[in-house]
Amino acid sequence: MSDASTTESYAPGTHPDLPPPLLESGAIYWVRKNLLSSWTNIGLTIAGVYALWLIVPPFYDWAFADAVFTAADRSECQSLGDGACWAFIQERFTIFIYGFYPEAERWRTIVTFALLFVAIGPLLFDNFPHRGKAMLFSLSYPFIAAWLLLGGFGLTPVGTDEFGGMLLNLIVGITGITFSLPIGIVLALGRASQLPAVRIICISFIEFIRGVPLITLLFLASTMLSYFLPPGTSFDLLMRVLIMVTLFASGYLAEVVRGGLQAIPRGQYEAADSMGLKYWQSMRLIVLPQALKISIPGIVNTFIGLFKDTTLVIIIGLFDMLGMGRSSLADAKWAGLSSEVYISIAVFFFLFCFAMSRYSLYLERKLETGHRI
Amino acid sequence: MASIDTPAPPSHSNRPSAHSDSGDRNLLARLWYDKKTRGVLLQILTVALLLAFVSYITSNAIANLELLGKTFSFDFLSEPAHYDINQTLIEYSSKATHLRAGIVGMLNTLLIAVCGIILATILGFLLGVLRLSPNWLVSNMVYCYIEFVRNTPVLLQILLVHGLVVHVLPKPRDALEWANISDAVFFTNRGVFSPMPLPQDGFGWVTATFVLAVVGSIIFARWAKKRQDETGQHLPVFLISLGAVFGLPLLAYLLAGSPLGWDIPELKGFNFRGGFVIRPEFLALWIALSLYTAAFIAEIVRAGILAIDKGQWEASLAVGMSRSRTLNLVIIPQAMRVIVPPLTSQYLNLTKNSSLAIAIGYMDVVATVGGITLMQTGKEMETMIIVIGFYLSVSLFISSIMNWYNNRIKLVER
Repeated sequence: MSDASTTESYAPGTHPDLPPPLLESGAIYWVRKNLLSSWTNIGLTIAGVYALWLIVPPFYDWAFADAVFTAADRSECQSLGDGACWAFIQERFTIFIYGFYPEAERWRTIVTFALLFVAIGPLLFDNFPHRGKAMLFSLSYPFIAAWLLLGGFGLTPVGTDEFGGMLLNLIVGITGITFSLPIGIVLALGRASQLPAVRIICISFIEFIRGVPLITLLFLASTMLSYFLPPGTSFDLLMRVLIMVTLFASGYLAEVVRGGLQAIPRGQYEAADSMGLKYWQSMRLIVLPQALKISIPGIVNTFIGLFKDTTLVIIIGLFDMLGMGRSSLADAKWAGLSSEVYISIAVFFFLFCFAMSRYSLYLERKLETGHRI
Repeated sequence: MASIDTPAPPSHSNRPSAHSDSGDRNLLARLWYDKKTRGVLLQILTVALLLAFVSYITSNAIANLELLGKTFSFDFLSEPAHYDINQTLIEYSSKATHLRAGIVGMLNTLLIAVCGIILATILGFLLGVLRLSPNWLVSNMVYCYIEFVRNTPVLLQILLVHGLVVHVLPKPRDALEWANISDAVFFTNRGVFSPMPLPQDGFGWVTATFVLAVVGSIIFARWAKKRQDETGQHLPVFLISLGAVFGLPLLAYLLAGSPLGWDIPELKGFNFRGGFVIRPEFLALWIALSLYTAAFIAEIVRAGILAIDKGQWEASLAVGMSRSRTLNLVIIPQAMRVIVPPLTSQYLNLTKNSSLAIAIGYMDVVATVGGITLMQTGKEMETMIIVIGFYLSVSLFISSIMNWYNNRIKLVER
């Protein structure tokens, strides 16, 4: 057989492809290259497999094999299996999602969420059908959402103290994201401004925001803010939290955008000036599109951070998803199920934040023009 | 008229100055169209608006305080605090003043920040290097860990770890059966108890030797560097220093006749007494914050090492340096320039995130001054000013240290 292949003669260019060398491709090659290439590598592989063996089977048993999915209370859970007691999560699921939102009005929150996807569609994807008109809807979405959630004008009013659960996380997160971006851009431009007074004010504001924890700002909102309002006025706690969260995120966004502004070569500013563009024109048409493009990863990271930080509202007594979970732990019928509660909430946050980070990767790749600025 | 227009050179002006004499614009418009004067006007306007805003909220605050019959003063700091703090680094009792309670809280914040920064840095560098390892399995395990930790709220992780510490670790009574290391270190849901070293007569010699060894190592390292610069010969500075710093005190310890006693924790009633205690709140906060920040540091380290051009490795190996010396002398010094600025902000984040301690009952500055003291005295404004001032100064301190370090290692350009 071997001599048949060696003695056969081919015209130039007609020789059939030979199979790849045995140890240069395929599964065995992959294993050798990626898992067993050196002694350290073999050691790491063994350690990795051992760690997986320590973690995965017990966790699988706990979370799935021995878990109980339907039960009336903790003791029934314990009698049915010694794994996780997901029955508890199942029972509390609606309260984790809607908080204390009146049951009869819950369709409004669902409509709000559904419209949210319609509203962010044209913002996220530029091949969205009728993008121009859809953008108008996106712009009016915050007002529609506020009307749907709060009621009035024909709908039953719902107080903000009845907001809770995932609903509250999404409200705080999306409001913060929407309003902090423009404020952050203005602050970044102010920080890069030629006017000393404007620059100093912006720098002090940004550094103040970045220097203190969000918790103290939330405490500020809940305890101290009413002192600075005219006597006799008070306004909603959720509103105060929204303002603080927005200001907090805008301080961080300002720094991200500043990084983008600094990365734009001076020639771009000078070219815009020499075209006779006014300050705002040159910013809007020349500088910001480029600066924002390179700050996308940072901006999305700030948004992810902001969304995760919405859980901090439990410190000042609002009940978001984590707050609902934590308060339901106090239920004597279901005592001692903290891991189940926290892990299911963690999965929820992970899905949201991971989706955001993947979208940022997609955007980075799409906007990559091939040359670096 | 001309005196208003002329100062701005064409490049700084938005309008050619030749048109200034046409006279169809009034003085105000002319002022507005000159970039310099407009700048001054805008700034005056901004400052005036800011001052108006500040005076408005100040007058509101004064009116509100008067309405509530409160005064703005820090006198409450010298009054007794009347509350207990479960972890104190300095002497404290409920009879001590609010000021002392505040200092205890601040020290607790600093303690968790320092411990967290150290552990997070070690873990973060380790994870970052493992993430870059050619081993597919380990690299992807680290990737999963990093992605999961970075995409879930830190408060949730703190609560989860605290829940695990409280629910999974045994009660002190049961810790005797399992969850202990050779009956000296006990892991319980009331904290980790370990023997406390008690220095006795003659231990001063050991401390003195240690200090001498550290100083000696620094001098030796300098001398070795100078020698290398002059002769090109390289000494194993790290190994010699390591031997000196640990070996010499050990020798002194043995020579002085082992002058160290141990206070071993013992079970009395429902809990252990004696020994060195790490409280569960501290433990949970420390582990959770370190694990969380380590995931971010790992990504920073990875990005820093990847940012170094491959040519640096090749050039260094080509001039005959070994792999470890290449890493130490060529790669890491350059990677540090990329790593340090984001690392600083992670340190600051860890310090600020330590304020979440209040959720699990660790008594930091937010829980003492901003929590109980605020509730007891009703001094919202004063206590918040103290808390915010404290965090601002800690932030400034950390960033100034890291800026100093960054300046020292940055590329010297022409």
